[in-house]
Amino acid sequence: MNARNRELLALIPATLLVTAGFAAVFIQRENLLNDLSLTYGAIFLALCVAAHLVLRMTLPDADPYLFPLVAVLACFGLVMLYRLDEELAREQAQWFVVGLIFFTGTIVALRRDHRVLERYRYVIALGGILLLLLPRLGNPVNGAYLSFELGPISFQPAELAKIAIVIFLASYLRDTRQVLVIGARRFAGITFPPLKHLGPLLAVWGTAMLLLFVIQDLGSSLMFFGGFLALVYVATNRISFVLIGLALFALGARVLYAIRPTIESRVDAWLHPFEPELYEREIGGSYQIAQSIFSQADGGFFGQGFGQAIIQLGDSAPILPAAHTDFIYAVITDELGLMGAVAVLLVYLLIIERGFKTAMLATDSFSKLLATGLTAVLALQVFVIVGGVTKLIPLTGVTLPFISYGGSSIVANFILLALLLLVSDRARREVAP
Amino acid sequence: MNAPILKLFGLVLVLFGALAGMTSYNSVINAEEYRDNALNKRPLIEQAQVRRGVIRARDGSLLARSVKGEDGLYRRRYPDGAQRFSHVLGYDYGLTIGRAGLERSRNDALAGEKDEITSIVSDLSGERKIGDNVVTNLDPEAQQIALQALGGRRGSVVAIEPATGKVRVMASTPGFDPNALRDARVFNRLNREKSSPLFNRATQAGYAPGSTMKVVTAAAALDSGKYTPQSTVLGKSPIIVSGVPLKNFSNAQFGAIALTTALTNSVNTVWAQVAEDLGNARMQDYMERFGFGVDPPLDYPDGQMLPSGVFDVKKDAPISAASRRVDIGRVGIGQERLRVTPLQMAMVVATVANGGMRMKPQIASRIVDRDGRTVQRIRPEVQQRVMSARSAGQLTQMMADVVREGTGTAAALDGIEVAGKTGTAELNIARRINQPWFVGLAPRSQPRIAIAVTLENVIGGQGGVVAAPIAKQVMQELLR
Repeated sequence: MNARNRELLALIPATLLVTAGFAAVFIQRENLLNDLSLTYGAIFLALCVAAHLVLRMTLPDADPYLFPLVAVLACFGLVMLYRLDEELAREQAQWFVVGLIFFTGTIVALRRDHRVLERYRYVIALGGILLLLLPRLGNPVNGAYLSFELGPISFQPAELAKIAIVIFLASYLRDTRQVLVIGARRFAGITFPPLKHLGPLLAVWGTAMLLLFVIQDLGSSLMFFGGFLALVYVATNRISFVLIGLALFALGARVLYAIRPTIESRVDAWLHPFEPELYEREIGGSYQIAQSIFSQADGGFFGQGFGQAIIQLGDSAPILPAAHTDFIYAVITDELGLMGAVAVLLVYLLIIERGFKTAMLATDSFSKLLATGLTAVLALQVFVIVGGVTKLIPLTGVTLPFISYGGSSIVANFILLALLLLVSDRARREVAP
Repeated sequence: MNAPILKLFGLVLVLFGALAGMTSYNSVINAEEYRDNALNKRPLIEQAQVRRGVIRARDGSLLARSVKGEDGLYRRRYPDGAQRFSHVLGYDYGLTIGRAGLERSRNDALAGEKDEITSIVSDLSGERKIGDNVVTNLDPEAQQIALQALGGRRGSVVAIEPATGKVRVMASTPGFDPNALRDARVFNRLNREKSSPLFNRATQAGYAPGSTMKVVTAAAALDSGKYTPQSTVLGKSPIIVSGVPLKNFSNAQFGAIALTTALTNSVNTVWAQVAEDLGNARMQDYMERFGFGVDPPLDYPDGQMLPSGVFDVKKDAPISAASRRVDIGRVGIGQERLRVTPLQMAMVVATVANGGMRMKPQIASRIVDRDGRTVQRIRPEVQQRVMSARSAGQLTQMMADVVREGTGTAAALDGIEVAGKTGTAELNIARRINQPWFVGLAPRSQPRIAIAVTLENVIGGQGGVVAAPIAKQVMQELLR
């Protein structure tokens, strides 16, 4: 069976899932089965089939599992959002359409050879950095500059910037990876890159630090810098470079921790979420993380069931804040239990596995590094937000890809998916006779 | 470059493993602790989402019900007629001030908390949790009469059915409007108020029992076999008890008189001698048999009950009367450091009335589900045989004399023979501040009701004058 037929088959369970999910929410809410759940399923199927046809025509050999796996996440997120707020789900569905347009656009534009991106690497890098700086024009949310208002739309540029930075790094490291390795010196048991090529890397570190200080968001900085280190490692196969980078990042983070109250309070809230003084604090307190943990504790092994989590009572302030964005993973754990949460993590792992597989199949360095970088930032984004929500690491607000509510996140992640599929199509065509 | 990519994937696997591990810790491994965290209101909210059962009086009238708010949570409402039972019922405002009274002690039934297996089965069948109704033994008419008779003075009336232990009246004044407690500020204000309106005097107030304690002493004396109602003891006044002179009321002088006469006239010196003769150990034994020293076995929260007995102020705890440092002569006449609750004294007379068999006092009579099926019938429960039926019969006869011709005549009913004992604890002799008491039972031949009445700090008030008439009115209603 060829790749596209497999993809079509794999889309069927995804669509069934969205239908069943909506049905479950309807039954819970009105105690009756509304045919609207079938309508939603049908619309979703139609969207998926449309995207599938685009892939069939443009990238016939691309990985058959990536798109259905993303569809599973997307439809799952849609059901969760619908359960939280019908209006949000409708807006999210519209964003899916926009996301699929960008997805198609990216594929169509780059279908001949995605490597043309290398030519524009400095433009792309500059664009990415400018995007990140845009929110400085607006007001900080929870102490971090994450979004800016574009008319009625709130836009989170970090989502798009992560792709731009990965493209730049993949291209830059393709050129310099050899010299980085060859010129390396061993000193005190640690291999240091040659000084003259260390410059650009330090520049990247400096940019990450700058971002950290300017946007004051540990989450996105961690994502960018993690992606950077992953690429440096894969490009050079030198673990010492990664360790040096980590040490430098830790240094920067430590300085920021000392001078920025936002970061300090986040760390305090992470260490002592149930301390009454921190819990009661209006701004930067531990209320959110404590409630996140309480709602996970409510879930247990199998969860409370769709629509059963306690999120808000009447019109009062929500018990679990930001349930549709930062804390959607806590809602998933509450309603679907440990089983549901781990299932979601597994779907992400499968996507990541397909991403790395694509990187391994790719024949040229740029494609390899691009696929690795894109996959790594996706994995890091999941780790940063789920780790924050589960209190594994301090909480920083990034979206849960394809599930959280948010237009820029959906659009950016669909572009990311398009790039992965572009790399995959070329790689698989070259491998297969 | 493929080897480092593979290693990178390995790292991602480890990181995701940590995520799954942390999720397991939060949702399963440590979930119990998080659910019990005081900051976590979810268990309370879940309870408030369940339609709580109603509470009814003996005659079926509604005492408490739940109304669903716009936020989907149920809130407790207490109808006008229920306010007379404010202390017994308590309140249920789980999300703000918590629960008290019967609302607390019968919470499992009212909130529909089933045992583990039943709840798993109903979870699987998708059944919605729903609370059961509680029907009580409480008598609204008699309760109202008790409150009216107390007339705004601080005090308490407890009436129990001797044969079954059913609590028919439990009044405590001043009371409160349980609906007003919805506002936590009202609760905090009432909590600080000097008259302690939230305090259930029937179960929580330790009062000096005065001469009503002679019922316990007489029970011990008769049941020990050393005394009969006709045994004579010299009733001169004063006598030296534990090195301190003890006088009769008005320093009245009596010769060698029978115990029954000594009870009719409440002769202190006689009963102090009897108690001393019986000794600390035996007195302690009989007090324990009557239920002193521990919280009464009432279906009421432990935190809202006080054990009766000799109370050590320094230790802030009850001590055993068997201790040699306890002046047992004065314990025998209700002095010393005795502190008793009205409920305890009602249990004492109820035991005498029930032929010496102590029954478990019970507020609730049955648990009924929404469809009207009785889920649980709360049956009368024997606690202990305190004394022989013969001793109890003799004591009842002696107490009947008290009401017929002694200090308790104000409790007498037309055509129904009442037995009882008055008490007047002198709290401040100079300012004539007394704690008047009446404990009694009726009808003498086949008692259907046992009662204890007391009032706080009545200037110059005697038990036979102040408390006995209240007991009379309430008994009259209950025997109607």
